[in-house]
Amino acid sequence: MSTMIETESLRFAYPADEGGEPVFALRGVDLEIEKGSFVVVLGHNGSGKSTLAKTFNGVLLPAGGKVYVEGMDTLDEKLLLAIRQRVGMVFQNPDNQIVANVVEEDVAFAPENLGVPTEEIRRRVDDALRAVGMYEFVTHAPHLLSGGQKQRIAIAGVIAMEPDCIVLDEATAMLDPIGRQEVLSTVHKLNREKGITVILITHHMNEAEAADRVIVMDDGKVAMDGTPREVFVRVEDLRAMGLTTPDTVDLLDRLKKDGLDVPLDALTVEACADAIAKAVAGD
Amino acid sequence: MEPILEIKNLTHTYGIGTPFQRSAVEDMSFSVDAGEFLGIIGHTGSGKSTLIQHLNGLLKPTNGQVLLNGKDIWAEPKKIRDVRFRVGLVFQYPEYQLFEETVYKDIAFGPANQGKTGDELDRCIREAARLVGIRDDQLDKSPFELSGGQKRRVALAGVLAMEPEVLILDEPTAGLDPAGRENLMANIRDYHRNKNKTIILVSHSMDEIAQNVDRILVLKSAHVLMSGAPAEVFARADELITAGLDVPQVTRIAMALKARGVEIDPAVYTVEALERELLALRKGGAVC
Amino acid sequence: MLKDITLGQYFPGTTVAHKLDPRTKILLVVLYITALFCAKSLVTYGVMALCLAVCVYISKVSIKALVRGLKPVLFIIIFTGILNLFFTSGDRYLVEWGFLRISDTGLRNAVFMVLRIMLLIMGTFLMTYTTSPISLTDGLEQLLNGLKRFHVPVHELAMMMSIALRFIPTLIEETDKIMSAQRARGADFESGNLVQRAKALIPILVPLFISAFRRADELATAMECRCYHGGEGRTKLRVLQYERRDYIALALGVAVTVGVIVLRRFGI
Repeated sequence: MSTMIETESLRFAYPADEGGEPVFALRGVDLEIEKGSFVVVLGHNGSGKSTLAKTFNGVLLPAGGKVYVEGMDTLDEKLLLAIRQRVGMVFQNPDNQIVANVVEEDVAFAPENLGVPTEEIRRRVDDALRAVGMYEFVTHAPHLLSGGQKQRIAIAGVIAMEPDCIVLDEATAMLDPIGRQEVLSTVHKLNREKGITVILITHHMNEAEAADRVIVMDDGKVAMDGTPREVFVRVEDLRAMGLTTPDTVDLLDRLKKDGLDVPLDALTVEACADAIAKAVAGD
Repeated sequence: MEPILEIKNLTHTYGIGTPFQRSAVEDMSFSVDAGEFLGIIGHTGSGKSTLIQHLNGLLKPTNGQVLLNGKDIWAEPKKIRDVRFRVGLVFQYPEYQLFEETVYKDIAFGPANQGKTGDELDRCIREAARLVGIRDDQLDKSPFELSGGQKRRVALAGVLAMEPEVLILDEPTAGLDPAGRENLMANIRDYHRNKNKTIILVSHSMDEIAQNVDRILVLKSAHVLMSGAPAEVFARADELITAGLDVPQVTRIAMALKARGVEIDPAVYTVEALERELLALRKGGAVC
Repeated sequence: MLKDITLGQYFPGTTVAHKLDPRTKILLVVLYITALFCAKSLVTYGVMALCLAVCVYISKVSIKALVRGLKPVLFIIIFTGILNLFFTSGDRYLVEWGFLRISDTGLRNAVFMVLRIMLLIMGTFLMTYTTSPISLTDGLEQLLNGLKRFHVPVHELAMMMSIALRFIPTLIEETDKIMSAQRARGADFESGNLVQRAKALIPILVPLFISAFRRADELATAMECRCYHGGEGRTKLRVLQYERRDYIALALGVAVTVGVIVLRRFGI
């Protein structure tokens, strides 16, 4: 598979307060994200996960090292528009990324900026709204929708650019459980059906269960990188980084310490119950 | 125990006489005991926000009553401000209401409105700051220099400093990371334990509710769907799921185990309890 | 209280009034205002009121919504009415009561001024009710396009306007929330003298401004991420195109305005 985004010893610092030292949010990140993959980036607040996300489409530019989007260097100003069209970004607060007063006009915003011909914009808007299951709201006013619906409109607004990758920068943090589920199933569907690369930044561990790959950020560096199973079995390490493990793993971990023969990598409720039932019966 | 708050047949209807007329709270009745830690759970739109704004008199019931220590809070409408000092309400994302130059002054806003002055005011401010883990040297800082989690603590202190008899928290941990959530809830638990004050916690997170409260009130489309101790409520997990609500992950594991023939009480809701149950099962050897 | 402000509120619909080109509607409102200021008799005011009534009927906008729009300016309307009523000197006084005198011209002026303001506001509101703010700004942008040659930042102004309109409901909601939160801390907005009341606003205005700046910052980033780079090379989802109904509407508008001006010359 080819590479969607690649970072090379990426460093980034936020400007210092007067007289202070600049604060490094990223201190040497090397990553390669494959096209078509579903990647979850976890980390506590201040771990650098959100900063990392913002370097993926040139909202923030590297202070050291490089970020390549499909081989394009984000430091090259001439390529910036092309990069942003390839990598769409959805942010935390749904209210602060909706530009227009009518759903369809908001979704049309990006293609309008890209100079897409009018008939083509129409098609893209309709397709994008269908892809996120919001077509029936095409002429609605966005401020009357629920949080989850607003985020799906924001996702549609990004899809309308026909990007290869969507980055969700804590896009589920302000939503209730239903809204969160709406957004998650929408991006999973886009990943599955359209082959769009998804990079989901979150601190909700259970959002990582169905990912292809989990990256854990800590102190501006990649602390763990692997499949959800590989990452979540490292219960102690995760706790040390201020993260929790799913209750399934926590329970299995405790039972294992109590001497039961259970695997640690049964992440879902069903798999966990299967493992425990088997261990208890075989005892 | 004496009820501190009694809600009797409370109804609140928005937009009366317009095509948008709808009741956000309909004929709700329940009471809250003094010193109780009550959890309220329900979807967005279940009436939670409307309900809690009645408990401190920000909203006036369309019908029904709210009694505080046996007295209707609207008996003397001119004194409704006193009710707001006695029933402290911390809104969702309260850090967005900070406005003063220093943390100290911002915490002082509520108690000063209450009429506190001098040493008493100073004591309330410092104690509230201590309760939420704000250090003395942070009191002279601008609240806008603090991190998101600390700002939220300052906002919480601003309500605690009024020394309310009842504290209502609307989604106090929304948007915080796991460590931040756990720290804040630990502060709230300590406050409850040490001060023995009544707390009402509103949350979307079944896990958070399950781990902290004495009793759960489940709301669904403007009505009370269930009320009881966590074990009682989660014993009816099927109903919760049918109502589109979450149950704690641990309860779901226990239910799945039960379905696989493991003799276990599916109403457990903490990892520790389920671990204990499973170990007891092993010792007893009661496996089928 | 804040919910009474309906400025910039759009009620979607499919009537002819909704479908007209926004440029047509802006031009019609300009014509309407011109005519309104030329009207000076019961007949011409009647004609204007009739025009508005017909437009309201066609648009299916509820009269209630239009009247609600008058609420925030009620004070100005009453004030203007009273000023004109009592402080216009005339040939004949209908009522004399101490220093308060109502002249025939005063009564006439008062009635006409109040009518004029009400018609003016309801007419403009009808436009904003039937035109989405974005197409309204689109229309303005197109109408003023010629000014670009004189380095007037037409696109930027239009963009600013549409964003301002988009955020009005959000900010109103936010103000309500902040007010409730401060009330829960014992803030009192209803009592005290003018200075005390002004001071009571600080706990609302400071958080509101901070939040507005934060929103502006986040929105700017979100717009950049969606490839916004100014008006250059931008296309539109909806291209404005005059159709037959626009020409008919404009012709009618011009006819009424000319008619009113002609009547005025004849002293009607």
